[in-house]
Amino acid sequence: MLQQIIFYALAALTVGSAAFTAFSRNIVHSTFALLGAFMGVVGIYVLLAADFVAMVQLLVYVGGILVVTIFAVMLTQGIADVTVSNREVGVIPALATSVIGVAVMLYAVIRTPWHQTPVPAAAPTTYAIGNAFLGDYVLPFEVASLVLLAALIGAIVISRHEAKE
Amino acid sequence: MSSIPLTWLLGLSAAIFAIGVAGMIMRRNILVMFMSIELMLNAVNLAFIALAHRLGSMDGQVIVFFVMTVAAAEAAVGLGIIISIFRNRETVQADDLTLLRW
Repeated sequence: MLQQIIFYALAALTVGSAAFTAFSRNIVHSTFALLGAFMGVVGIYVLLAADFVAMVQLLVYVGGILVVTIFAVMLTQGIADVTVSNREVGVIPALATSVIGVAVMLYAVIRTPWHQTPVPAAAPTTYAIGNAFLGDYVLPFEVASLVLLAALIGAIVISRHEAKE
Repeated sequence: MSSIPLTWLLGLSAAIFAIGVAGMIMRRNILVMFMSIELMLNAVNLAFIALAHRLGSMDGQVIVFFVMTVAAAEAAVGLGIIISIFRNRETVQADDLTLLRW
C-alpha cells in the first residue's frame, strides 16, 4: 500500500515535470522542470529495485546531461528575451500524434498476456550487472566505449573555435 | 512484495513518451526539442526497468546503460552543435534555420 502511494506521488511528479518541460513558455523553467522529471524517474527505479541504474541515472542525467543543458540554455538564450524565445506551433498535430500514440501503446500493454513471475526480493544488482557487462554483453560494452570516445572527440571538434591563418 | 501493476508502469512510460513527442512537435526551440528527446529516452528506460523487474531478468537493466550511453553522447554532440549553430546564426529557433530549404 505504501509502495503504491509512493509510486503515485513519483508518477505525478514525473508526468507533471515532463509536461511542464514540454509545454512551459519559459525555457529556463523548462530546463529546471526537467530536473523533476529525472528525479521522479530515479525514484521509480529505486522502487523497482534497480539501485545501480538509479544511481547512474542520477549521475549521468542530473549530474551530466542536465547541467550541460542548463549551460547551453544560458549560453544561447540571452536571459532578457527568455519569454518570447519559446513559441509553440502545431498544437493540433502534436496532440493528435501523442494521443494516438498513447492509445496504441496502452492498447498493446493491456492486451498483451504478460508472463507474470513472482517478483524476487530486492537485492543489490551491481554483481549481476557487472557479470552481464563482462560476459554476454562484452561486445556492446566495448562498442559503447567507442561511441563515447567518438562523441567526446566530436563535441570538441564541433564546439572549439577554428584557429585559421 | 511489489504491488504496482505492470500496466501502470508501462502506462506512465507511455505518458512520458507522449509528452516528449508532443513537445518535440510543438516547440520550435532546438533546446526544448532536445529536452523532449531526453524525456522520450527516459520513458523508454523506464519501460525497460519495469519489464526487467517484473520478468526477473537483468537484461533490461543492462540495455538501459547502453541507452544512457547514447543519451550522454547525444547530449555532448547535440549541445555542441546547438552552441555552434547559435554562434554562427544567432538563433536557436528551428524555423529560422532554413539554409537547406529551397
